[in-house]
Amino acid sequence: MSGNGDSTSRRALVALGRDPLAVTGGVVLVLLVVAGLAGSWLAPAGINEVDVDRMLQPPSWAHPFGTDELGRDVLSRVLVAARVSLQVGAVSVGIALLAGVTLGLFAGYYQGWLDNVLMRCMDVLFAFPVLLLAVAIVAVLGPGLRTAMVAIGVVYTPIFARVTRAGVLSVREQVFVRAAVATGASDLRIMRRHVLPNIAAPLIVQTSLSLAFAILSEAALSFLGLGVQPPEPAWGRMLYDGRGFVTDAWWLGFFPGAAIFLTVLAFNLVGDALRDVLDPRQLTVSEARRNAG
Amino acid sequence: MTRFILRRLLQSGIVLLGVTLVVFLLLQLVPGDPVRVALGTRFDPETYEALRSRAGLDQPLPVQYASYVGQALTGDLGVSFRSGRPVTEIVLERLPATLSLAITAVVFALLVAFPLGVLSALRSGSVFDHAARVFSQFGVSVPDFWMGIMGILLFAGVLGWFPPSGYVALTEDPVGWASHVFLPAVTVGLVTASILTRFIRSSVLEVLAEDYVRTAEAKGLPTRVVVVRHVLRNALIPVVTVVAVQLASLLGGVIVIEVLFAWPGVGRLTYDAVQARDYPVLQGAILLVAALFLLVNLLVDLLYARLDPRIRVR
Repeated sequence: MSGNGDSTSRRALVALGRDPLAVTGGVVLVLLVVAGLAGSWLAPAGINEVDVDRMLQPPSWAHPFGTDELGRDVLSRVLVAARVSLQVGAVSVGIALLAGVTLGLFAGYYQGWLDNVLMRCMDVLFAFPVLLLAVAIVAVLGPGLRTAMVAIGVVYTPIFARVTRAGVLSVREQVFVRAAVATGASDLRIMRRHVLPNIAAPLIVQTSLSLAFAILSEAALSFLGLGVQPPEPAWGRMLYDGRGFVTDAWWLGFFPGAAIFLTVLAFNLVGDALRDVLDPRQLTVSEARRNAG
Repeated sequence: MTRFILRRLLQSGIVLLGVTLVVFLLLQLVPGDPVRVALGTRFDPETYEALRSRAGLDQPLPVQYASYVGQALTGDLGVSFRSGRPVTEIVLERLPATLSLAITAVVFALLVAFPLGVLSALRSGSVFDHAARVFSQFGVSVPDFWMGIMGILLFAGVLGWFPPSGYVALTEDPVGWASHVFLPAVTVGLVTASILTRFIRSSVLEVLAEDYVRTAEAKGLPTRVVVVRHVLRNALIPVVTVVAVQLASLLGGVIVIEVLFAWPGVGRLTYDAVQARDYPVLQGAILLVAALFLLVNLLVDLLYARLDPRIRVR
């Protein structure tokens, strides 16, 4: 079934290239990755260069995003913090993807009591508001980047499990799966070679949208002081530190927040475009009709 | 219908039991001794022993869990490690502030999302539709706490129309409450409105494509009658679910906004409990929110099954 996967990705790339919003989102993401990889090198000043003589300076040519309450260059900190957001997004969604897909595969493939037990466990996790559960996990394990990533990974696992299970339930009834069973292929081989490639489309869409939510969740945790710890910069933490000065120094609140917004928007734009291309069942009836016309 | 109700009640009961297990296990995951960690520098052996025994921490784990569930069923969620007061009392006194914020935010969201969603579906493809879609994309991408900070900057700092933070009880001073709730409710409400706009739009679009709508139009019914009697009545049934789920998630999910605006609700209580390492209060707040979330979902499912008989047979 690998040919299916290739044509899916080619189709997705071509369609994404034609969608101006997806291209805009993609450009922002490329810039973000550049900032994430080379932020320290691109930053005009050191992220922890404290200078009380230049504290709370408004944006200027020397400091385009101004300086904070310790005189540190806000642009440099915003650039370097991109790495944290990308890292949290990638690792936490990676955890959720791995755990959720594994659980959903087994639940959907074997059904019966295993399905019941696994999906009820997912229902339990779903009963908690996302941020509240993440806060609780971080509170117990201790604040920090690593625990924030684990917490966000755990709270987004159920959605991947549900998406995977729903896909498996429809694919396992297909003729090619039954044929594979008849040839004596092992369950693991069938899942890996025949089921997984055929449920890749909704998973790719879910991954893109979850990256947006994961970055938003990390920003919220950092805003509460439970994510990245100072002096390392994180957008949410910068907003938290700057909130006391917001009426006197608007730039402290504006730029880190704008960075979060643009990043999340970019992932959402790409995710929406991917969904339109890869998962047309998600479209409303009339949208599908209009697209067909 | 009775079978459906019983099945949903049983499912909710099982999930609630799972929720109590997760909440109970949170305390077990605390590295070290949670009571010692919570007491910190205020440690003295007598208080330590009293709190440990009151929390049942000197018992084996299964016994602890059984007694936790048993006590929770009677409304006893333990006592605060910090103040020694009953957790149920502490959590319940914070609930009105959260409820008033969540309900105001959802009402505001509906006032914005209903006309936006319906009109953008009716004028699908128009400039208005594109503007509404930009709004909903903006809303789901913007961090609510950033919008809150910008709101404080503009409406409290520059214009001076509203206080930047704080709380006045609705029962004490309705005008004071309204001026304090405005900024946090609009901040939360705009994000909720963007989600609802998207949903209402697609729900109306879906119904517009149905055969019975085409039939109603073909019989020569005026557009207004078709929209109100046939389209909205059917399109808004699934919207009820989304509104209720949004309300339920706001009950526990507005921690950041409550912290930003110094709003003394359950979210702020959770944050304070995390800071103070007051684990029983943290557990109590989370358990209450998750139970409320389950209850709202259960009620919505039952209401939905009553409105749409197809649900019962699935």
